[in-house]
Parts: sequence; C-alpha cells; structure tokens
Amino acid sequence: MQLLSGNEALALGAYHSGVQVASAYPGTPSTEILENLARFKDIYAEWSTNEKVAMEVAMGASYTGARAMVSMKHVGLNVASDPFIAASYTGTIGGLVVVSADDPQIHSSQNEQDNRHYARLAKVPMLEPTDSQDAYDLMGYAFDISEEFDTPVLLRTTTRISHSKSVVDAKRKRTVKNPQPTFYFNMQKYVMLPVNALPRHALMEKRLLRLAEYTETFPLNVITWGRRDLGIVTSGVAYQYAREAFPEASFLKLGMTWPLPEKMIKEFAGQVNRLIVIEELDPFLQENIRAMGIEVTGKEFIPLVGELNTQIVTESSIGAGLLPDSGKLLPPAQGLPRRPPLLCPGCPHTGIYFVLNSLGQRSKLLEKKNGEPQEPKLIITGDIGCYTLGALPPLNVLDTTVCMGAGIGQALGMERAGVRNRVVAVIGDSTFMHSGITGLVDAVYNEGHITILILDNRTTAMTGHQEHPGTGISAQGQETFAVDIESLARGIGVKDIKVINAFDIKALRNGLKDSLDRPEVSVIIVRGSCVMLIRKRANPRKVDTEKCSQCNYCLSLGCPAIQSADGQVFIEPSLCAGDICTICEQLCPQKAISA
Amino acid sequence: MEKMDLIVTGVGGQGVVLASDIISETALAAGFDVKKTDTLGMAQRGGSVVSHVRMGPKVWSPLIQDGKVDLLLAFEKLEAARWSHHLRPGGIAIVNKYEQPPLSVSLGQDKYPADKEIAAALKRQTDRFHFVDGTGRAKELGNVRTLNIFMLGCFSVFAPLEVETWREIISRRLPENIREINLTAFEMGRKEMEGVRIGKS
Repeated sequence: MQLLSGNEALALGAYHSGVQVASAYPGTPSTEILENLARFKDIYAEWSTNEKVAMEVAMGASYTGARAMVSMKHVGLNVASDPFIAASYTGTIGGLVVVSADDPQIHSSQNEQDNRHYARLAKVPMLEPTDSQDAYDLMGYAFDISEEFDTPVLLRTTTRISHSKSVVDAKRKRTVKNPQPTFYFNMQKYVMLPVNALPRHALMEKRLLRLAEYTETFPLNVITWGRRDLGIVTSGVAYQYAREAFPEASFLKLGMTWPLPEKMIKEFAGQVNRLIVIEELDPFLQENIRAMGIEVTGKEFIPLVGELNTQIVTESSIGAGLLPDSGKLLPPAQGLPRRPPLLCPGCPHTGIYFVLNSLGQRSKLLEKKNGEPQEPKLIITGDIGCYTLGALPPLNVLDTTVCMGAGIGQALGMERAGVRNRVVAVIGDSTFMHSGITGLVDAVYNEGHITILILDNRTTAMTGHQEHPGTGISAQGQETFAVDIESLARGIGVKDIKVINAFDIKALRNGLKDSLDRPEVSVIIVRGSCVMLIRKRANPRKVDTEKCSQCNYCLSLGCPAIQSADGQVFIEPSLCAGDICTICEQLCPQKAISA
Repeated sequence: MEKMDLIVTGVGGQGVVLASDIISETALAAGFDVKKTDTLGMAQRGGSVVSHVRMGPKVWSPLIQDGKVDLLLAFEKLEAARWSHHLRPGGIAIVNKYEQPPLSVSLGQDKYPADKEIAAALKRQTDRFHFVDGTGRAKELGNVRTLNIFMLGCFSVFAPLEVETWREIISRRLPENIREINLTAFEMGRKEMEGVRIGKS
C-alpha cells in the first residue's frame, strides 16, 4: 500500500502495463504524469514541442506495436485534436492511451472545458478514475481496450483526481507485450486518403457498437445498492462527493463513461424511484442517459460552473429537496486582504514588465475615468505562463491572454486592423517553441510592424521547471541539442533581433524604445534564468532608511520581498534574490537600496 | 477507529505541501485510510496554499466539508483567519504568529488584521486556538525552513499517531543533511504544545 497522487498512479499504472513510449507537453494538472514516467530508464519518455507533436509521437509508436501514452492538460487536447481524431480513424496496433487532465474551477488554466465531449466527437472509449487506485487500475484496462478494439482510449482525469493523494495497492508487475516493435505496411489503415478514410469511419461505428457491449460488463462500472428511493449515476471525483453527501443512496459508479452501458443504466434506473446524475461541469452523462429515454435530473440543481465538492453537492441537493436542511454555516471572516500569486523575488520577467508598465503608462489604465473606454498607449498581447501574472496589478501589462502562441497573431491582427498605437507581443521560451514559431513566420511573411518579446527564462517555469527544446536537456535528463531562438528567428527572416539581459533595466528600456520605432518585425530576446533554478542567494538588498524618501517607487515592482511596515519600506532578507536581481537598486531614485 | 480531518495552510514557499505529505504518510503507516489534496492555484511563490488531509477508517472526498475541520494548522496567521470558517465548532487551531503581508498591504491598499481580529475570527467557532512562535523557534534552530516540521511537532500532540511513526516518516522524507535539525524542530514543536494541551483539554 502506498499513497500516490492520481498522476503518480497513472504513471505507475502505465509503467506496469508495459508502456514503451510516453510523450507530453507540460500543463497543469497533467505535468507529473510524464515527470514520473521519465524516471523509468527502461522506457522512452519525452517532452514534446507541443501536444500535437506529442500525440503524433505516440501514434507512430503505437503503429509499430509498442504501447504508447500521451498526456496533456485539457486545452492541450485542443492543440492535439487533429491527430487525435485521425488516430481514431487509423486505430492502433500497440495500445495507445491519451490522458486528458481537465481543470474544473480553472485553478491554473484559461477555461474549464469538459473534455468528455472529445470521446463522443472522436468516437473513442473513455475511462474516468474516481481516485488514485482507479487511476492505476484503469490504465491497465485502457491499454487492453486500445489493442482489443483497435482504438485510442481517452483517459480523462481532473485536477482534484490528479493532485490528490490516496491509497494505492499496485498489484501488477511490469510486462512488455511486444519487446521488438515492427511496422508493417498497411495503406488502408494508415493513409487517410478519402478512399481509405471512409471505410475506416464505417469500422469506427462498428467498433463503438462492440464497445457498447463490452462496457455492460466492464468491471469498474459498479452498482452499490442502498435505499431504492434514490439512485445516483456518477463518475470521476464527483462520485466521492456524492457518496459522502448521500451515504444511504444506491449508486452506479461509471469507470467507463463512453460509450455508456445502456442496459446497465436502464436496469439501475428501473429499480430506483428517482434517478439523478451528479457530475462536474457539463451534463454529459445526464443528456446521454436522457437520450436513452430515461427520466433523469441533475444539472437542474447541481452547478454547471466550477469544481464540485461535498458542500456544493449537499447544498444543491437540499435546494432540490433531496436532503434535509442541515443548518447555517459560518461565513468566511470578512475584510481579509487577498493574497494573489505574484512573480517571485528575482523573477527575470519583473524588469521588462516594469519597463513596459512605465513606457506604456499602464498604471493609468487602472484609474477609473467615468467608464470611458481607455486606449492603452502600448498594446500588449500576452501568452500562457508565469508572465501571465504580469496582467495583475501593480504591473498591469497585458491586454490579452487566451492560449499558447496567440499573442503574436493577435498583435499582427491589431496592427493590420490599423490601430494607432504600437503593439507588442509577449511570449515565453517554452511557449515560443510550442506555438510561437508559426506566428512569427506569419508576421515576417506578412510584413508586420510589431515587436515580439521572447522572455527566455531557460525553462518551462509555471508548471514546475520542465525542460524544452531550447534548454539542451531531455525529459530523461540527457544532454541534447539546444534549439537556438536567435538563429531560429534569423532563419525565419527577422532582421532586428536583440538579446538583452533581463536584469538590466537601462538596456531593456533602450532596447524596447528602439524596437518600437522600427517599421518591421522586431524580436527582443529577454534572457535571464528563472530564479527558482538558481539555488545560490547572496547579498540580499537593504533599504537605507536615512536615504529613503518613502516614495514607494520600488513597491510598484510587485516584488514579494519588498514590503512595508508603518510607512517604511523594507526588504525581507529571506525572500530577496540578492546579486542575481538588483532591479530595485537600479530603480531607486534616492539610491537608498544597496547590498 | 478515530478519524481526523485537518487543513494545513500557509504561504507558498513555507513547506505546506511537504508537511501535509508527511502527515498523510504517517497516518497511512498507522493504518488509516488517507486522502489529501493541495490547492496551489497559480502560486509558485507567495500565494495562499491550502492542503486538506483526511484520515479515518474510510475516506470518500479528498476535500473536507466547510465547518467540519477538526484541526487547522496555519503557518501564517492571516491564512489562519482566511480558513477559520472551515473549523468545526470546538475544533483546534494551531497558528504560527508569523506575519507575511500580502502586496496590497505593503502598497497601503489593505490593512493586515490585528492579532485580536485573527483571534476573533477563530473564536467564532472555537476557544481551542494556540498561537506559537514557530518562525522564531525555527530561526533559533538556525534554519527558518524547519518551520514546517516544528509545526508538525505542535500538531503531533493532538494527532492519533505514534511519535515513533512520525520520526520514521520525517527521516524517510528528508535528505540526510537536514534530517537531524528537523527531528529536533519536531521535538521542539511537541514540547511547545504539550504543556498547552495538558492545560486546556
């Protein structure tokens, strides 16, 4: 028995199931799956450039008979959806498992899309764990189903499953079914010309019918009888909340949620007085059960938006008359200051963001002007990563953030639409590799007049410091070729490329001013290692209270180490990054900050 | 078999996640069913962190229902107030006196709550709350990062778990170079709270 997070259990489950190739792009809450697999040196594990490439790597491996797994966050599956749906057409040889880690509540994402719809869209079977034991067990079934039914299998987890630890009995031993992968010529299966794809579609429909039979006896679709006045169909972590909120009800827990076991559901529904579905996000189970002609409710009282918990399930059910009122709860304490996430002390993004804030007069945007629309002096399109935090006060430097790579295309679109102001796109190094390159090609090809800031902190920081094609280290810790962003941009045709030290405020300001004046695509690579990668801290800065005029200019950096008590600014020595940063020292008008 | 539902909270970087990991593993070694879950949001450093740890004969949800937390272990005192409404009536709170002002406080936009306001927030639900100078003690020991293990020592006095199991799991989870100092921090936390417990419970 061991305590494993859902992600650790998925990784161990895949390893014991004989996975040979694993690929992923980091994304919360999926990242730890590949991180854990990469530790096993008898498999191949890679950080791919993006989720689409990761999917294609896993598909290729599957075609040779190797067992392959690809993992990503929910929005990653949007990026990978083209090959994912194609994989449903071609089918598999070696088991191919696609893990989608959804993020209800948007803990660390840009949306809370419900990826169960992808199973229906792609016509593939889907499995959903309710805890880490399920995650481990389902992974074994996933590979077997994939091979038996010639289909990729979608294994859908959520933040609360992936990032919760529970007890796992890891019963299996690793066995590899096909130690010598071999590719066999099979044009009808792999070459999706119309003449082949149409017959493959017909096979997919037959496959779904066979899967619908299979799921009727699937061991992790489980009925637990309790009182017959209420029957609850549920899956995923919602099962745990429902069990706790309704200790006496009858339950149908679905481990396989596409296709659905229609006979089993009908039988269950027939033996209870009232049938409800408790599920997170969309009424996926509910609508499909209703389509079977079964009377069922759920989303009439269970929220569609956000993560569930026992509290929400209980309160919603009280509202629907399913549970007795349990009395009033104590409200949260009022008037407490919030503690939003901030860029770290010594973050290499802080300096360039300060420069963008001051050159773009961004703080003015926060002043309320009778609700009149405000035009930023400098339009700044953003991206996904730690630097998204710069959208928050006091830096306030982003006008858009939607998905990886989007800022470059958006910047070009704004410029081409004819805005009067200069447009700057901000992107990270890992994200630039992920999907910024194509945007840059577009901007150069279409002769845009935009400035692109590549904040190169030498890692994929926000998800916990994963390697990427620019770092020169592989997912399994091997030294490898490091793609050089500067040469890449030059090869694309960018003429004005500057590489500037992320901790040199003067150089950043002058460089940015120069780029903004240029009538061409200008790229600034702002280079400075993520402070979390540098263990050594020396000489924390101090404020000389004699010299300090209490102008609070340094506080506008938003550095967590710079604090104030009774009107006097001080620098918390245990937080300050010291010599590697010195941005506050460079900025202080009174020269009151020094080592 | 007893059960215990607790929240461990603090600010990113204080070692909340490691602490709740150690609690969970200790509970597992003691034969409990265990679930634990962390909510970090986008915080790498400096944001609010909260872990739910549940131990009992059988645990369903990894998240504890509001108003049903048996014990609140807070590494920072504003965070204690923030989660005070999760405590059950008569629950226990152990609060490190340390204050880490959020940015809005440093910028003068918000006020950091006074100690008596934090106490009042807890008092709505319980009289059994204890302030300890964990950060001060950890500094005395020579490594402020031992705070989390000191706080575990405080918590251990109330936990249905054996001291030897704690020591074993702490030793397993921490690298050798910081093992001894952390075991000392654990003992200090235990001693700090033992007197309190005899006096109050």
